Amino acid sequence: MEVSLTVNGRAVQSDVEPRTLLVHFLRENLNLTGTHVGCETGYCGACTVMVDGRTAKSCTLLAVQADGRDITTIEGLAVNGELHAVQEGFWERHGLQCGYCTPGMIMSAVGLLQENPDPTEDEIRHGIEGNLCRCTGYHNIVKAIEYAAARLQGKTPPPAEWEEVSA
Amino acid sequence: MSTTSVLGGVVKRREDPALVRGKGLFVDDLKVAGLAHVAFVRSPLAHAKIKSIDTTAAIAMPGVLAVYTAAEVNHLGPLVAQVAVGKLRPLLADGVVKHVGEAVAMVVADNRYQAADAAEAVEVDYEALPAIVDLKEALSDKAKVHDDLDSNVLITWEAGPWGNAEGIAETQEKIKAAKEQEGAVVVSLEMVNQRLIPTAIEPRSVVADWNSGYERFTVHSSTQIPHALAGALAKTFGLASNAVRVIAPEVGGGFGCKLNVYNDEVLVCFASQQLGRPVKFTETRRESPNSTIQGRGWIGTATITGTADGEILGFELVGIADMGAYTQNFTVAIPFLGTFVGSGQYGFPTYWKIDCVTTHTMTTDAYRGAGRPEAMYYLERIVDAYARKIGMDGADVRKRNFIPAEAFPNAVSPIGFAMDTGRYNENLEALVALPAYADMLAERDAARAEGKLAGFGLSSYVEVCGFGPSALTGLGFSWSAYGLPSAFNGSGLVRVNPDGTATVIIGTGPSGQGHETTWAQIVAEQLGMSVDQIRVTHGDSAESPFGVGTFGSRSAAVDGSATYEAALKVKDKASKIAAHMLEASESDIRFEAGGAHVAGSPESAVPWSEIALRAYQPHTLPEGMEGGLEAHAIFSPGNATWPFGAHAALVEVDADTGDVRLRRYLTMDDCGNVINPMIVDGQLHGGLAQGVGQAMFEEAIYDDDGNLLTTSLMDYLLPTAADLPNWELHRTVTPSNVNPLGVKGIGEAGTIGSAQTIVNAVVDALSPLGVEHVEMPVRPRRVWEAIQAAKGGN
Repeated sequence: MEVSLTVNGRAVQSDVEPRTLLVHFLRENLNLTGTHVGCETGYCGACTVMVDGRTAKSCTLLAVQADGRDITTIEGLAVNGELHAVQEGFWERHGLQCGYCTPGMIMSAVGLLQENPDPTEDEIRHGIEGNLCRCTGYHNIVKAIEYAAARLQGKTPPPAEWEEVSA
Repeated sequence: MSTTSVLGGVVKRREDPALVRGKGLFVDDLKVAGLAHVAFVRSPLAHAKIKSIDTTAAIAMPGVLAVYTAAEVNHLGPLVAQVAVGKLRPLLADGVVKHVGEAVAMVVADNRYQAADAAEAVEVDYEALPAIVDLKEALSDKAKVHDDLDSNVLITWEAGPWGNAEGIAETQEKIKAAKEQEGAVVVSLEMVNQRLIPTAIEPRSVVADWNSGYERFTVHSSTQIPHALAGALAKTFGLASNAVRVIAPEVGGGFGCKLNVYNDEVLVCFASQQLGRPVKFTETRRESPNSTIQGRGWIGTATITGTADGEILGFELVGIADMGAYTQNFTVAIPFLGTFVGSGQYGFPTYWKIDCVTTHTMTTDAYRGAGRPEAMYYLERIVDAYARKIGMDGADVRKRNFIPAEAFPNAVSPIGFAMDTGRYNENLEALVALPAYADMLAERDAARAEGKLAGFGLSSYVEVCGFGPSALTGLGFSWSAYGLPSAFNGSGLVRVNPDGTATVIIGTGPSGQGHETTWAQIVAEQLGMSVDQIRVTHGDSAESPFGVGTFGSRSAAVDGSATYEAALKVKDKASKIAAHMLEASESDIRFEAGGAHVAGSPESAVPWSEIALRAYQPHTLPEGMEGGLEAHAIFSPGNATWPFGAHAALVEVDADTGDVRLRRYLTMDDCGNVINPMIVDGQLHGGLAQGVGQAMFEEAIYDDDGNLLTTSLMDYLLPTAADLPNWELHRTVTPSNVNPLGVKGIGEAGTIGSAQTIVNAVVDALSPLGVEHVEMPVRPRRVWEAIQAAKGGN
């Protein structure tokens, strides 16, 4: 089946098998391998992308369902090489270890902050409940999102739990 | 260590810019021309005869390249294992299946969808046989899992001290006498340490490419042990070790489940050789619990004998550990590792006996902590029960029975191992002295005053990490079975490049531990370079010096130390070159701020780029000096490291629903010196989440017929962000004396210290009702039932 959609600002047209999952289409047809597959059932959230500005799990969508939609993946988040505030927050606050859940986690956090720009810690924790991380115990992911929330609102982020040394 | 130093300070991770952009390369991301894909046909039964396999329909399907069964691959099997006690895994089931999910046939096709379709079309006729799942049933040997083994008991680990029959008899005698003593308090509990599914968020993936011209395999695998895998594959295929190159690129979490050699890793190599194409297998989440090892799976009875005033006179643990159907890498060695720390931080006589039994279930092996969380669970649960029974404060009972600081260094535990350094009382006292500790107790009491069920839990722990000493190779801790007769020593290579940057190549296999950052810090400190000048590469068996891999909290202590020593060698040579350039004495050369200068005259500095350039132009070097500026070191520690600590938890239990909420979690860990506090804390956070996961949520459940009921993330509950608190971390620092960095390891501490802390808190919460024990995971139904039973209801 013919699909045409926009991915990270670029128009894409392709012929896909109707059963092709969106995540496989992104990863295999478009080589956007930043979107990961963790469970194929929508529980882990590693495959989270933006569809028309809202988060969606691309392992439970078919590529044909994305016809005519506007998709943003992790690769489309930085603008002109400049990290998005959420990406920066994850780096600044050690919000990732192995990095496998990270792209989906970041997309969910971006979605959360669009809907709720100034979330409480509890709102952050519930807001990312649909994304599983096995490495971080979530502590620093929460801090990373708090950092990003402040940055996006033009505020000074809460201080880190450590001081960096000059390296 | 001073926090103004690069070593011991926080440096943001060098791994992250790629990973937050989605540019990290994991195995399944690789694009290889001509790639073929594998799907396995897996057994739906735990125990059955295979009467026939019909592959004709599958082979005729579009895109299908081949369907393989046991007959084609038997010559390569069974799968090699490091500690080969028990039944080794056939590469593909040969006439009989022994667990649900066992691979029966392998389909290779042009794409993953075609492979999955064709796997569905393979017809297997099974004759179901009875399955043994229950550990006590397995132990009884009434029916056997493997007809060709003498017993379902593969090995029995008895310790106290280990490997000393006379000593063990003496210990048993002492404990028996203690029990007969007047006023002796004996507390005993049978407890389950349930099976867990490690669940790295990245499913395992492997791509093999046989080049018949070069006669060489290039294998990309999401493994923690690239060199060991290369050795195992070379041995399996009868190749030289340099004819197999294994690369572990980004690995999306390991936790021990990627510390193994898998049949699919061998089988994709075989298929690539047969088909002349690169071949990939990526697990689905649903098949992963039956194709990747599981962990834990013990039942055991822990008994403490002590006086009424808190002196413990003996500890016994008698248990059964589930090995699953087939032995893989370390399988039976995991409970053995548990014995190492069987007496925890204590000095009292300790007796351990663990029967390792085989069942019709998936293999168990190393999962974060690997034997040590089980050991600490039994010990610290029963110490807590004893303290409750005699009405003493848990911290006081522990302190009274700890091995005293004066016994260190190299205090010998009742299990018979010398432990590097320890200050157990001081560590627990530091935890107790934290204002948060008193606050948590006050919060519990306030909640109770409001009629709520609230509990406070405590645990101390000791680990054995940093494997390892050459002396331990005889105990199975080496890769000898994979043709690599090396001890678990460390290695590191430091190369200063002609432009004055440095490349550090290590044989570890990290999966999120931040080695690229930590190792850069180790080298930067020695060479006076900025971390940005240093690039660390790892996980490539052809490129790096021989490496043991990343597991058992060993990398920093062992490979980090090797890298430190390699950096010293480079520094030594560079000092000579700089002394020559600056016409100064070698002993006056200092490395700082990206170059060398004469002590006291920083204005004399020559940058690394100039020193390096000379090194690569030997005619400009002092007479007789060889060109080049790199060094390699092997580090063999004199002992393992023994990190320790104490944890406390505050929980609240909903009396109506049994729902447990973890309110606060406080730690005082001691992992020796710290290289990067941010990374160390991060390791603890994740380790704690996994220990709390075991205590509260996770359980691999088999039914009586051997069906695994928890193969999706809907059925196997992992903790989410909403389930966990902010972790309140503190540390004491007792440097190790077995490596030059003084580090002990931190990868598993969080897990080893936490499950029992949580359950102790839950029991504390329910103790006003008279509840003495709740099994893990403390999910609402189980807790509710315990509450009802205590109330006398049903």
